[in-house]
Amino acid sequence: MKLLTSSSTRVWIGLAVLAVLLLGVAPALLSDFRLGLLGKYLCFAIVAVGIGLAWGRGGMLTLGQGVFFGLGGYVMAMHMKLDDAGPSGVPDFLQLYGSGQVPGWWEPFRSGVVTLLAIPLVPAVLAVVLGLATFKRKVRGAYFAILSQALAAAFAILLIGNQATTGGTNGLNGFRSFFGYDLSDPANRQMVYFLIAIVLLVMMALTWQLMTSRYGELLVACRDSEERVRFLGYDPANVKTVAYVIAAVMAGIAGALFTVIVGIISPADVGIVPSIGMLIGVAIGGRTTLFGPVLGTIAVAWLETSLSESFPSFWVYFQGALFMLVVAFLPGGLASLGGGLTGLRDRLAGRHRSGPPDPGGPVAADAPGVSDAAMVKGPA
Amino acid sequence: METLISQVFAGLSVGSILLLIALGLVLTFGQMGVINMAQGEFIMAGAYTAYVMQFVFTNPGVSLLISLPVAFALAGLLGVVLEATLLRRMYDRPLDTLLVTWGVALILQQVARDVFGAPNVDVPAPSFLSGSVSFFGVALPLSRLFILALSLAAVIGLTLVLVRTSLGRRIRATVQNRPLAETSGISTRSTDRMTFFLGSGLAGIAGVALSQVGSIGPTLGTNYVIDAFLVVVVGGIGQIKGAVIAAFALGLLRAGFEYETSASIAKVLVFVAIVIFLQVRPQGIVNVRTRSLA
Amino acid sequence: MAVATLLTAGLALTACGSKVGESASSGSAGATVAATSAGKSCVDTSGSTVKIGFLNSLSGTMAISEKTVHDSLQMAADEINAAGGVNGKQLDVISEDGASEPTTFAEKAQKLIQADCVAAVFGGWTSASRKAMLPVFEGNNSLLFYPVQYEGLEASKNIFYTGATTNQQIVPALDYLKEMGVKSLFLVGSDYVFPRTANKIIKAYAAANGMEIKGEEYTPLGDTEFSTIVNKVQSADADAVFNTLNGDSNVAFFKQYKSVGLTPESMPVVSVSIAEEEVGGIGLDNVQGQLAAWNYFETIDTPTNKKFVEAFKAKYGQDRVTSDPMEAAYTSLYLWKAMAEKAKAFDTASIQGAADGVTFDAPEGTVTVDGENHHISKTALIGKIGPDGLLYTEWSSGQPIEPDPFLTGYPWAQGLASN
Repeated sequence: MKLLTSSSTRVWIGLAVLAVLLLGVAPALLSDFRLGLLGKYLCFAIVAVGIGLAWGRGGMLTLGQGVFFGLGGYVMAMHMKLDDAGPSGVPDFLQLYGSGQVPGWWEPFRSGVVTLLAIPLVPAVLAVVLGLATFKRKVRGAYFAILSQALAAAFAILLIGNQATTGGTNGLNGFRSFFGYDLSDPANRQMVYFLIAIVLLVMMALTWQLMTSRYGELLVACRDSEERVRFLGYDPANVKTVAYVIAAVMAGIAGALFTVIVGIISPADVGIVPSIGMLIGVAIGGRTTLFGPVLGTIAVAWLETSLSESFPSFWVYFQGALFMLVVAFLPGGLASLGGGLTGLRDRLAGRHRSGPPDPGGPVAADAPGVSDAAMVKGPA
Repeated sequence: METLISQVFAGLSVGSILLLIALGLVLTFGQMGVINMAQGEFIMAGAYTAYVMQFVFTNPGVSLLISLPVAFALAGLLGVVLEATLLRRMYDRPLDTLLVTWGVALILQQVARDVFGAPNVDVPAPSFLSGSVSFFGVALPLSRLFILALSLAAVIGLTLVLVRTSLGRRIRATVQNRPLAETSGISTRSTDRMTFFLGSGLAGIAGVALSQVGSIGPTLGTNYVIDAFLVVVVGGIGQIKGAVIAAFALGLLRAGFEYETSASIAKVLVFVAIVIFLQVRPQGIVNVRTRSLA
Repeated sequence: MAVATLLTAGLALTACGSKVGESASSGSAGATVAATSAGKSCVDTSGSTVKIGFLNSLSGTMAISEKTVHDSLQMAADEINAAGGVNGKQLDVISEDGASEPTTFAEKAQKLIQADCVAAVFGGWTSASRKAMLPVFEGNNSLLFYPVQYEGLEASKNIFYTGATTNQQIVPALDYLKEMGVKSLFLVGSDYVFPRTANKIIKAYAAANGMEIKGEEYTPLGDTEFSTIVNKVQSADADAVFNTLNGDSNVAFFKQYKSVGLTPESMPVVSVSIAEEEVGGIGLDNVQGQLAAWNYFETIDTPTNKKFVEAFKAKYGQDRVTSDPMEAAYTSLYLWKAMAEKAKAFDTASIQGAADGVTFDAPEGTVTVDGENHHISKTALIGKIGPDGLLYTEWSSGQPIEPDPFLTGYPWAQGLASN
C-alpha cells in the first residue's frame, strides 16, 4: 500500500510536468503551425490513453478505434457545418452533392448541447452493443480483433457510399467557426489547442484513478485469467465492456477535437489503416502504462511528420520495422527498458502493484489454449 | 433464369477466390493461431511471380502453369522465414502476431513498390483462359472457371495431405496435443515450419489466380485479407470443411446483396450478417469439441 | 491539484479569440475572413529566388498517378529556371508528399504556406485532396494550381484549375456519343465524388436529350470484383458504357468485361480516367479500341507537343508516356509564370488581378485563363486506344471550349448545383 501511495505521488508529479510542458512551454516555443500539429498529435494521444486501458490493461486488442474516432469527428463536423450554414441554412456540400435538403438525422446536431452530448454518447452506445455482443458470447482474442477490423472497413465503406449525406471520400471540411469562435483567427486556434491539451491531461488523470481502483485490478485479472474471474463470481464480460466503452468514448472525444484542429474528417481517418496506426505508439511507449501510450504516440506522430517530409518511402519501412521489432522483441514497449528516463517512467506508471511485473502481462492474456480451437469457446 | 445462373456463378466465383485465400489461413490461423496480416502480401508475391514468369516463358499458358508451383514455393519460403525469425517466439501471443505481421506487410508492400514500381502491371490471359463458355445462354468466363477448379483442387490436395501423409498426421497431432506429440517423437518445431510453409504457399497460388482477375499492384493482397479471415472465423476454426462452406456462402451472399443493392452496401450487409451469425454460433459453422477450458 | 490549477490557467488564456461576426467581416466567405484576420503572407521575394511548393502524393495509393505530375512539374521548373526564371528570380522548389490522404494534403499545404512561405503551390489530384486544401488556401489567402480534370461545381478565388471541368470533358463526350447515335447508356463508377457528380450531370443530359440510362453502379475504390456489375451491364444491353472508375478497378472491370465477350464493337466503353499511363497496367488487349475523353493526348501532332514529349522522354526515359494531367500540371506552372510576369509581382492579389486573359501555347493547344472562374479554356478530345497503347484522336471539339464549372450555359443542367 505504501508503494502504491508513493508511485501515485510520482504519477501526479509526472502529470504536472506534462501539463507545464503542454500548456506553458510548447505554446511559448512553437509557431502557430507547429502548435497545430502538436494539437493533432495530442488528439491521437487521447485515443492512446483509452487503448492503453482496453488493450494494455484489459487485453482487448481494439483494432476498430477509428470507428469511434470517426463517430466523434463526424458528429462534431456535422454541427460545425450546420452552424456555419446558419439557423436554417443548408451546408455547401449538401447543395452540391445532396438533395439540397438537410437530412433528418442531421437536424439534432444543429444544437450545440446535443452535439456535446452525442460526441461521447454515440461511441459509447455502439461500444456497449458491440462489447456485450462479443464479450457475452465469449467471442474474444483473435475473433474480436478481426471483427473490429471488419467493422472499421465497413464503417469507412458506409461513409463513402453515402456521399449525399456524409460527403463521401471528401469527408467534411471547410469549417469556419467552432461554437461561434472564428477558426481562422490564430488566437482561437490556440484556444482549441489548449482545450485538447487539457482534455488529454484530464483523461490521463481519470484513467490513473481507474487503473488504481478496485475496477482496475479486476480488469487486469480478466486479462490474465478470465475464467478465474468468472469463478470468483464476477462477469468478465461486464468488466471488459466497461473498459471498451471508456476507450471508445476517449476515441470519440479525440475525433471531435481532431476535426476542429485539423479542419477535416474523412473516411481516410477511420478505416483499418488509421485504426492500426493508432496502436503503434501505444505498443512502442508501453501498453500497460499510463504515460507510455501518450509519449509513444506523440513521438511516433512527430517522427512521421518529420521523416515523411524528407523521405516519404523510408517512413513506410520505418513504421513497418517499428511494428515488427517492438512488438516481437519488446512487448512491454520502451517503458519496459530499464534505466534512464524510460525506466523512471516505467516505475512511475507501470509497476505500482506488488504483483508480477506486467510488461509481459498481455502475453498471458491469450496464453491458454493458443494453438487449438479454444480461442472461441463453446458454451460453458 | 439467365440472371439467376449468372449471379449464382458470380457468387461461386467470388467464393472460390475467398476459399483459395482462406485455405492457407485455415492452417496458419486456424491450426496455429497466428493472425498473419502479411498473408495478403504473400498473395501479392504470388501474383508478381506470375508477372515475372511471363518474361521467362514467352508462352502465356506455359508461364501461368509454371508460376503455380513457383509461387507456391516462393510464398511458402517467405512464410517459413517469417515463422523462423519472428513468429516462433510469439506462439503464446496470438494478438501480437497481428501487429508484427502488419509491420511485415507494410515493408513487403514498399519493397514491391520499390522493385516493380508503383504503377500496376498486367498478366495477359493465356489463350485457353480467354473467352467464355456458354451455359444455358449465359457466358461463363473461362478464367473464373479456372479459379473455381483451382480452388477445389487446392481443397482436395490439402485434405489429402492432412489425412493421408505422415506430414499431415504430424500436423494434426501437433495441433491436437503438442506435448503428447513431442513425447511421441514428433519434431513440433519442424512441423510448425512445414505447416506455415503450406499455409503461406497456398497464398502464393491464390496470387497467381488473382492475376487473372485484376491487375497486380503492391496493395493487391490487402483488399482480400480481412475477408479471408472472416471466412475462417465463420467457417469454424481450423476446419477445411467449414471454410469451404463459409467461402461459398459469403460469396453467394455478396453476389445476391450486390445484385439487389450496390457493391458498397453489399459489403456492409455481409458484415452485418456475419456479426449476427456469430451471435447464434460463435464457434462457427463447423464446431470442434475440445477438452481445453482455457 | 496541479491539473486543476493549470486547467484554470489554460481557460483564462483561451478567452481572447475573436468570435464570428465580431470583426468587421461578415464571415460569409472564407477568403474575406482570412484577409482580415490571418492572411498575413510571409512570402519573401527580396532575394534572387522565389519559393514555390509542389504537393503531390509520393507515397500511398495515389503515388502511381501523382508521381507523373510531380515529374512534369519538375521539368517545367527546370526549363523556367534555365530560361532565366520568373521576373528575373530563380524558382526554389519545395516538394511535399501528400501521402494520398486528404488530411495530409491539408497539413502539408499549411506547412508550405506558413512555414516555407511559398508564393504558390502546385498539385493535388483527388477531389478529396482539393476539397481538403481549399479552406487552407482561402484561410491563408494563398494560391493553389490544381492540374486534374474534376467534377466542376467549384470556383475558389484561391485556386486555379488547369484540368478540365465537366463542360470540357464529360459534356463533349456525351455530345460525341449522341452524334454517334447512342440512345442508351450504362454508368459504372468508383464510389467517390467525381463519378457521382459526373453521373448526376450525365443523367440530366440524358433526360434532356432522349437518352436512356439503363443502370448506374458504383464500387468501393480499389475494388476488384466485377462479376456482378458486368453481369448487370451485359443484361442491360445499353448502346455504350460511361466509365468513371478510378485506378485498379479499371483493370478488373475491363478484364471481366472482355471475358464475358463484350467488345468495343458490341458495347463501347467511354472512360474519363484512363490515360496513356494507365493502359499498360490494364493490359492493352483488354482495352484496345475503347474510348477515352481528355483534352490532351501524347499523339497530338503539333510542334509544341512534339517538343514537350521529346523533352519529357529525354529527361525521364524513352519508355515513359505523357498524359493529360501531366500536361495540365506543366501548363499550370507556365501560366503562373505568365501571370506573375504580367503582374510584375508574386503576391496573391496581384496574381489574381493579372490572371484574366493570360494565355500559354501549351502542348494541348493555346489555353486562356478565365479571370472570373479561374479555369482555363480547353479543347475537348475523344481518343481511341491504339495497338501501341497510345490514344489517337477520334473526334475533337475543334476549338477551345470556355470553362463553365457550374454549367450555367446549359439549360438542361439547371438545378444541378441546387441552391
